[in-house]
Amino acid sequence: MEKVYQRPKTLAAAPTRYCPGCMHGLVSKLMAELVEEYGIAGRTVAVLPVGCGAMSKNLFTFDVVCAAHGRAPAVATGFSRCAPDKIVFTYQGDGDLGAIGLSEIVHAANRGERFMTVFINNSTYGMTGGQMAPTTLVGQKTTTTPLGRDPLTEGYPMKMCEILSQLEAPAYIARFSLRTPAGVRRAKEGLRKALEIQLRGEGFAFVELLSICPTNWGLSPENCLKWMAEQSEKVFPEGEYSRAKEVK
Amino acid sequence: MARITIEAEYCKACGLCVSACKKGVIRFGGGTNAMGYHAVEPDETKGCVGCKLCAVVCPEAAIEVYR
Repeated sequence: MEKVYQRPKTLAAAPTRYCPGCMHGLVSKLMAELVEEYGIAGRTVAVLPVGCGAMSKNLFTFDVVCAAHGRAPAVATGFSRCAPDKIVFTYQGDGDLGAIGLSEIVHAANRGERFMTVFINNSTYGMTGGQMAPTTLVGQKTTTTPLGRDPLTEGYPMKMCEILSQLEAPAYIARFSLRTPAGVRRAKEGLRKALEIQLRGEGFAFVELLSICPTNWGLSPENCLKWMAEQSEKVFPEGEYSRAKEVK
Repeated sequence: MARITIEAEYCKACGLCVSACKKGVIRFGGGTNAMGYHAVEPDETKGCVGCKLCAVVCPEAAIEVYR
């Protein structure tokens, strides 16, 4: 009998630090699988954010840098410019990328820097206790919007893929949902395209992955998937928003 | 005949693999692991086909598939 699916060697042999059902582990696994498949563990650098995503530092067996809150794209810019042979990716959540780090990501994308960003969107601040994030849906209850997000006072959910797709420089921008096994496979293919753009040195790539936060949504992982299908996937549709000429 | 192995010490019993499996192969186990979770276990009698859906969605990368 042949082993057809195994834990990648680029993941440390220990349980993740994430809550049960959290898809950060899943996204870290996808990146670790790709790094292993392309045999680039020796020259890959992950730039981690502040937030839950930073706990992947215990997971990846290749190099990681932990940036200040929201500044992962700035650190990745410096790293990829000073060490052009490295494959650099940032790994950021929606509070980190969409709020405090909005300026960094927009300008790094606008300059077409040579790194890729993996953006995990679970519509809330996970690590700090479930506060409203820029990506929180209208009506969604969080600890800072206990009656639900009201557009009159808190605005509307920010759609980062659509915003960044207005720029000319990014080579690849796409959004995938991790709700189903098929979605996870599509997400991996999207991440593969973004990584291949890095291997060819063609510039900035951005992949947004719709995720869940069972702890702060107050739902079981199974009910989180239902909520995703009914709510978040309607606001954040899957799709490729910008494609490099070579990717077409 | 295919089969899966589950690293019980990594499992947090989130149940994503239980929802993903179309054959009902995976069930919550009776014991607890070192973290205190009721880790899932395969039911050898349900006829695993090695489709890998459970392994693909496992956030802990705890499932390995043989076929």
